[in-house]
Amino acid sequence: MEVSLAIAEAARQADVDVVSAYPITPQTHIVERLAQMVADGDLKASFITVESEHTAMSAAIGASMPGARVFTSTSSQGLALMNEIVFLAASMRVPVVMALANRSLSGPISIWNDHSDIMSVRDVGWVSLFANNGQEAYDLTLMAFRIGEDPRVMLPVMISFDGFILTHMIEPIYIFDDAEIEGFIPPYNPQFKADPKTPMTFGPVGVPEIYTEAHKQQDAALRGSREVIDEVFADFEKRFGRRYNAVETYMTDDADVVLLSQGSVFETTQLSVDELRKEGKKVGAVELRMWRPFPFADLQAALKNAKVVVVLDRAVSFGGQAGPLMSEVRSALYPMKDAPPVIGGIAGLAGRDIMMEHYREFFDMGYRYLETGKEPEVITIVGLRQ
Amino acid sequence: MTEITRPKEGFLNVFAYRTISRDEYFVRGHRACQGCGPALGLRLIMKEAGPNTIVVNATGCMEIISSPYPYTAWNVPWIHVAFENAAAVASGLEAALKAMRKKGKLPADEKTNIIVFGGDGGTADIGLQALSGALIRGHKLLYVCYDNEAYMNTGVQGSSATPFGASTTTTPAGKVSFGQGYWKKNLVAIAAAHNIPYTATACPSYPLDLMRKVRKALDADGPTFLHMFSVCPTGWGTPPELTIRLGRLAAETGVFPLYEIDHGKYKMTLNQPEGLRPIEDYLRVQKRFRHLKEPEIEVIRKRVKEEYERLRKLEAFTQEA
Ligand SMILES: Cc1ncc(C[n+]2csc(CCOP(=O)(O)OP(=O)(O)O)c2C)c(N)n1
Ligand code: SF4
Ligand SMILES: [Mg+2]
Repeated sequence: MEVSLAIAEAARQADVDVVSAYPITPQTHIVERLAQMVADGDLKASFITVESEHTAMSAAIGASMPGARVFTSTSSQGLALMNEIVFLAASMRVPVVMALANRSLSGPISIWNDHSDIMSVRDVGWVSLFANNGQEAYDLTLMAFRIGEDPRVMLPVMISFDGFILTHMIEPIYIFDDAEIEGFIPPYNPQFKADPKTPMTFGPVGVPEIYTEAHKQQDAALRGSREVIDEVFADFEKRFGRRYNAVETYMTDDADVVLLSQGSVFETTQLSVDELRKEGKKVGAVELRMWRPFPFADLQAALKNAKVVVVLDRAVSFGGQAGPLMSEVRSALYPMKDAPPVIGGIAGLAGRDIMMEHYREFFDMGYRYLETGKEPEVITIVGLRQ
Repeated sequence: MTEITRPKEGFLNVFAYRTISRDEYFVRGHRACQGCGPALGLRLIMKEAGPNTIVVNATGCMEIISSPYPYTAWNVPWIHVAFENAAAVASGLEAALKAMRKKGKLPADEKTNIIVFGGDGGTADIGLQALSGALIRGHKLLYVCYDNEAYMNTGVQGSSATPFGASTTTTPAGKVSFGQGYWKKNLVAIAAAHNIPYTATACPSYPLDLMRKVRKALDADGPTFLHMFSVCPTGWGTPPELTIRLGRLAAETGVFPLYEIDHGKYKMTLNQPEGLRPIEDYLRVQKRFRHLKEPEIEVIRKRVKEEYERLRKLEAFTQEA
């Protein structure tokens, strides 16, 4: 099944009440399928054909207010256009679920995959998770509703999955029978909702006396969501047998050089680990699945044996210290006693394929560092045409 | 300060409208300036709408003055998200209520009014796209643009609803400029172009007319739009006690004609058998127009008359059809 259609299927099985979305490549198949489900009566929901992504997110918030379950999906420019309202979804504590088909941000305009869109919304206050393949995209979309709507969380959740590489890929995906999934996502009934029987004011002016405390509370909610996410991951494993972790690891126990990435490339990094292992090189791979809340302890534990960590970034932080992922990983490890050095490079921008030799180059970068102690140049782009 | 001439006749021509409900849903204690036209309008609209209403408010004066946490002036559910997206938030709200009624999560026969309040900036400028989307998709809601003719909340900057010749902080009158250089955007025509069942202009200086229009709009089957002329003493440089009077002068001079478009039929809703008052009656009491000289006033005089005549013709034509 095409991964996009599996995600639409997850939204249908969550029995969403409102879908509010605007077309953008490569997200389109998801919302087209949902529109068809509504047209065929298979999904009893209002499908709002909004006139922009800014409105898609605004309408999603409005729809959440009386207690409806809401789904939306977008990519790159769409996410950038709705940016203002993405922050508000978190601060207004609406558990909207958004499937983010990762695509590069213009310019130059490009419809292809990288992580510049998701990296631009690092600090919006959403729960943010990465899927590596179609099955994970489907599973995580289902889990997203339960995580976000938990009364201890009440925050929006976005699931990142690579545009085209996943959205348009036909993969074997196990789709639950409706009966099988029954009860996994409890009905949504928020404590506070826009109901004339209980008049309440939503979105008041945050005067200086309260803004700081409101932000502290929002941060506590996002940090606190970790416990709920772990519970949901555990229950999912118990019911369906598939295990999800905040940080995924592959052959890291004895690895000297560990390559860290996010999204679908993690699967290919594992293949390259296999190849290099055959050559006797002690390498491993790690994926930071949970982007927010940031899993500091898990990441430190996963990388504690590494001699060097090489980060594969899929976005540029213009003029910054490195790619955004490397900056985060480096600072997350900084408080560790004997923290391994963190270096890295950028690859796979806007759909540029990352070939096996490129992964090898990332590992070589690590070995060169171990030999010379010299950091690669800022910013190193692997696969750059000279 | 220059002395302001106050029209004597009819100065106290304000009735106590005893038939109006005493219930309040936009309650006192909010922080609007003295003589605030929009606040008065909201109060009257809410009296007509009643408790079974959810309000969506765009960022702007009315949002700021009514919701400084932990206080609220709202006795109904009230939602503020951002500046330009009130119509979009209300679209989602309406779609959600519809879906939830269909699925039995809310009583099927439940009818909740959805009213959106946006300023002229939040409606005619930055929120126009969201408004257009909401109107054309047919969400059942009433959008009220309370038009105080500038971005007041941020300090009286010019909007596309700022009238020709008005001096604002971004269209200031100066040695070589007479202020706002283009004519006010015709919001009602834009709304009506979406073929919605009901569109009207109104003004809190005519409370019964305003409330009758609100009722008609709420009872209509589809999206409706109300363009409410709202005097802003702070932004216009007018004495607060002249707010009601100025609203009347705007209507009587033809600067802001009161009319409705009910299923395509235009109807003037203010009877003016004696014709329009001279434009100066309206202009001269306002600081924002004080710099205007005869050539600009003549432009306004001519255009106001033309627009008024055009409306009369539209009325005759559509009522006949
Ligand atoms: C995207 C965005 N741009 C600008 C602002 C700043 N802003 C807040 S209220 C306002 C003025 C609102 O004017 P109007 O809609 O006419 O309402 P009024 O204040 O006059 O009642 C502006 C410019 C904002 N909040 N959001
Ligand atoms: S500035 Fe004008 S619109 Fe705003 S509260 Fe004061 S009088 Fe009312
Ligand atoms: Mg205004």
